[in-house]
Amino acid sequence: MQNLTLKELSEGLKQKKFSSLELTKFFLNRLDLHNSSINAFITIDKDKSLAMAKRADEIIKEGNQDYLTGIPIAQKDIFCAEGWKTTCGSKMLDNFIAPYDSTVISKFNAAGAVNLGKTNMDEFAMGSSNETSYYGNVKNPWDIKTVPGGSSGGSAAAVAGMLAPAATATDTGGSIRQPASLCGLTGLKPTYGLVSRYGMIAFASSLDQAGPMCHTAEDCAAMMNVMSGHDPKDSTSIEREKENYLTGINNSIKGLKIGVPKEFFSEGLDSEVEKIIEQGINEYKKLGAEIVEISLPNNHLSIPVYYVIAPAEASSNLSRYDGVRYGYRTKEYDDLMDMYCKTREEGFGDEVKRRIMIGTYVLSAGYYDAYYLKAQKIRRLISEDFKKAFEKCDVILGPSAPSVAFPIGDKKEDPLKMYMQDVYTISTNLAGLPGLSMPGGLMNNLPVGIQLIGNYFSEAKLLNIAHIFQTNTNWHNLTPEEFK
Amino acid sequence: MSEKLEGILGLIDQMTEVNTDSIEPMAHALDITQPLREDKVTEVDMREKSLKLSNETDQSLFIVPRVIE
Repeated sequence: MQNLTLKELSEGLKQKKFSSLELTKFFLNRLDLHNSSINAFITIDKDKSLAMAKRADEIIKEGNQDYLTGIPIAQKDIFCAEGWKTTCGSKMLDNFIAPYDSTVISKFNAAGAVNLGKTNMDEFAMGSSNETSYYGNVKNPWDIKTVPGGSSGGSAAAVAGMLAPAATATDTGGSIRQPASLCGLTGLKPTYGLVSRYGMIAFASSLDQAGPMCHTAEDCAAMMNVMSGHDPKDSTSIEREKENYLTGINNSIKGLKIGVPKEFFSEGLDSEVEKIIEQGINEYKKLGAEIVEISLPNNHLSIPVYYVIAPAEASSNLSRYDGVRYGYRTKEYDDLMDMYCKTREEGFGDEVKRRIMIGTYVLSAGYYDAYYLKAQKIRRLISEDFKKAFEKCDVILGPSAPSVAFPIGDKKEDPLKMYMQDVYTISTNLAGLPGLSMPGGLMNNLPVGIQLIGNYFSEAKLLNIAHIFQTNTNWHNLTPEEFK
Repeated sequence: MSEKLEGILGLIDQMTEVNTDSIEPMAHALDITQPLREDKVTEVDMREKSLKLSNETDQSLFIVPRVIE
């Protein structure tokens, strides 16, 4: 049962091969068996999940079944879910029980999906290895000595270890695509504004975007059918007609122009990873696509620009954690300032503190022009690089991450090394474009992800292009031995 | 901590290699303006629920250390 796709689970429920209650119990049982070895979940609440499953079974009995009705979905612990502890991986929110549902959670509830639990993540989504979580490291099911990537490391490990059929995730600089790459999954970061950010705990508001993490592109399409759509509660949510991402999933890709940016194959890319990406390119050639060389000349600046813009926005967003209205408050304090300082000193981890300090620094008087404004200008250059590239091609292909999963502890003490993990993913966030990572092969038995970047609102096409690859290859079906 | 911060600032300084004099700053990924909405209350009343989340409350107030002497 753990190997079934969302599509197969949906059909199984429809044909009464199993009930949602049986299905949910099955996955909760897998959590009992395996979660302790990979630490993918922060909160598991069996009673709540089982109650949702019972309700789903009634919906199915009444004949009102939707695609995801009755299917357990793991939810990243960044999404507020009413009555559920929602921590964002931080001590600061260790006591926070969300008083309302995020729009993403409401949509899954409305679809009759079962919340299987809240997944572990880097603290406030700041990290690329899931080593900054207050709740401990997540381990990669492919090799538990290695990281699952981050920040959506718990979601990635949960799906890769087949503890959940699918999961939600968020991506500010690569936090869906890099863990999907390191854990052998398909993950989609949609166009900025396509999925509502309401109730999704904010990191960098102009970059944050939620998306699905699944085994297949087809499953991601089914998840997107639920997650996407305009939301008046999020002023940056885009008003456009809702698409069905499954409709065109089998479209032919003959004549598709795939752009390969030469900057994605330069220094820093593992040579074995490069070979696997090239195999992927050859597979697409066989499938009738045309390959064109393109250039994204400012891509190397995306990391410095990101480490101005994201911390600047984070320093503002995270100022709300002051211990007054909710979240952690220090035990002993003399006055208000002392309470603020100790609360934040004790409640935040090192990486979060670093980014708050960088953020306040680049926004401070005297430095604003040199850092923040400069970064926003280069952000435009990066965005224009993509515009020019899409004059020559329909989609861009490259690696998702420079390497496969690395050993736990390997980069933790060196932020600059860690930041390089997102060298191929950050530019799409800065431009607001959609990006997808899918399994393209194995290196030393660890997954390698191929990234596809599309033009604005081309999610359906990206999923179609990935689906055609997956109907002709088997990489997405591989699973880690110890979790079978 | 300070050594790591200096490293990050060094990384950020790579931005100086580009001349950006004539470039417009980009604030929003899609270069669109914020929508306007009707001036009416849409938020639901969450007073009770919100107060329950706090470490220290008194009836309808959040309690913090004395600020005014």
